[in-house]
Amino acid sequence: MIEIKNLHKSYKMGSNSLHVLKGINFNVEEGELVAIMGSSGSGKSTLLNILGMLDNSDSGEYNLDGVPIKDLNETKAARYRNKFLGFVFQSFNLINYKSAAENVALPLYYQKVGRKERQEKALKYLEQVGLRDWASHLPSELSGGQKQRVAIARALAAEPKVLLADEPTGALDSTTSYEVMDLIQKINDAGNTILVVTHEPDIADMCKRIVHLKDGVIVEDKKIEQVRADQYV
Amino acid sequence: MFNKDRWKEILEVLTSNLFRSILTAFGVFWGILILIILLAAGKGFENGVKADFGDIATNTMFIWTRNTSKAHKGLPKGRRFNFKIQDVQSINDNIPNLRFISPRNQLGGFRGANNVVKGLKTGAFNVYGDYPEFINQDPMTITSGRFINHSDINEKRKIAIIGEGVKKSLYDKGEKVIGSYVKIQGVNFMVVGTYKKKSNNGDGEEGQNEIFVPFTAFSQAFNRADNVGWMAITANDGTSITNVKENIVDLLKNNHKVHPDDKRAIGYFDLYEQYNRVESLFGAMGFIAYFVGILVLLSGVIGVSNIMLIVVKERTKEIGIRRALGEDPWSIKLQILMESIFLTIISGMGGITFGALFIYGVNKLLEMNGPVDMFLNPSVSIGVVIGALFILIISGLLAGFIPAQSAIKVRPIDALRTE
Repeated sequence: MIEIKNLHKSYKMGSNSLHVLKGINFNVEEGELVAIMGSSGSGKSTLLNILGMLDNSDSGEYNLDGVPIKDLNETKAARYRNKFLGFVFQSFNLINYKSAAENVALPLYYQKVGRKERQEKALKYLEQVGLRDWASHLPSELSGGQKQRVAIARALAAEPKVLLADEPTGALDSTTSYEVMDLIQKINDAGNTILVVTHEPDIADMCKRIVHLKDGVIVEDKKIEQVRADQYV
Repeated sequence: MFNKDRWKEILEVLTSNLFRSILTAFGVFWGILILIILLAAGKGFENGVKADFGDIATNTMFIWTRNTSKAHKGLPKGRRFNFKIQDVQSINDNIPNLRFISPRNQLGGFRGANNVVKGLKTGAFNVYGDYPEFINQDPMTITSGRFINHSDINEKRKIAIIGEGVKKSLYDKGEKVIGSYVKIQGVNFMVVGTYKKKSNNGDGEEGQNEIFVPFTAFSQAFNRADNVGWMAITANDGTSITNVKENIVDLLKNNHKVHPDDKRAIGYFDLYEQYNRVESLFGAMGFIAYFVGILVLLSGVIGVSNIMLIVVKERTKEIGIRRALGEDPWSIKLQILMESIFLTIISGMGGITFGALFIYGVNKLLEMNGPVDMFLNPSVSIGVVIGALFILIISGLLAGFIPAQSAIKVRPIDALRTE
């Protein structure tokens, strides 16, 4: 599903440059649930941003579902993001003047899906995350966990190839975190490929594979026995 | 563009900070209002002044004689002379592109003595000896009977066309006018027509108190021989009388043995030149109205642009989210542009509507209080309104352009980081 070869990325900070990713090689198969771990500054967010086509790499290859991702202009990047990727952010990033259902329907709107179908799909995904009854509520009327579930529904709505979650539980207390992880596991059980960036070991343990990043290189890549989140819920 | 969701979003964004949107809109509203009112005021002034010209053919000059100021060909200076009826033919033969040459004679004048008698009533009126063509130069409406015709000229018929004002002072209500006689300085003329003039020199009263008789009959009855009091000369459309007047004056000087450099001997008034002067004045006024109006509008537009920049700044994160979700940058640009245009047009429409109501009110007021000198029927044409709308769309585009550009300049990753 995801193939990365020898990926490099550095940031210019005034006169000196900061080499963040120093040759990453990394593959993800369909249906995997991968945790990317590392301390802050290890390059895990940069890696996720490059995977999410929000940022460009300096060199290296990146293939997503067989499509080489390179030389993207903004229009093309937007189209690919819409088609291939679903994002879940630490700070939820819901649009606060739109209701839960409208937020979920947003990626479908960019796919030029008809109004009625959009509505139906949005409700379907809200149902899936257990927030059907909150469809008409604004984000400000939802709790943190609920917001993150709406965000997950939104990421799912476009039926992406890969779900990218950047610290999805970072702003949540542990109970809600486990609820969200439970949801992510269930989505993964349904066959979706998911990448989770986290620095919390217990969250990482709920994935099927952990990739450890340190100073811009992968230091450890291991499959693990998944801890189910529902036992904590 | 005609997408329900997009419009919904535009309304959501603009109403999310309604007070700010209204304040911003006020700038554009005010600009277009000033533009409309300035243009309407200019138009009202123009209408008022042009009404003073009445229906007179404006491509016209009036020419008369005065005393000579130079001796010439053995004739002394200070000599009085008259145009002759032969001069008309001479001008006709020598000067091309003239439409009408009307020799005129006149009796009476401003505050003249009573000169017209009808039964027991008397009155002081201007009496003119005229050719049939004169009605084309100073148009009047024949309210009954007819105007002078060529048979009247040839047969020197003693007939008269009187103004409605004359009729009012000499006749009783319901009295038969056509076929009756009026005595002008002791000579009887049969009334064959009455007329009404629209307006003349801003003095409607004077214009209706005139009597027209055939030029030839006038000359005979009042002993003018072949003298001509003055002439009204109209050039063809497309030829300006201003350009040919020198030729006419030179010709007449030659005919009457006047020194070619004698500036005083022949007096004339070039209506066309005056009219053009007034026209160019209004041109300048229109220019000033547009200039001031558009500058005021521009400050409003800059206000819109400013607010749109702030809106974009505020929504940077949202724009980042949308782009992460896969919205086309063009779609975001279009969104910002449409918000800007929408805000501009709505407020502009408000300004146009308010301006129209204001003009309507002024017109009503003018109607109620009677006519005001040099001001009549202020209005803006539909063309101007369409033009204003066009300006609004353009300015909305301009106002939105920089903010829209800055909205998509920020990379989604940076936009997402903004807290």
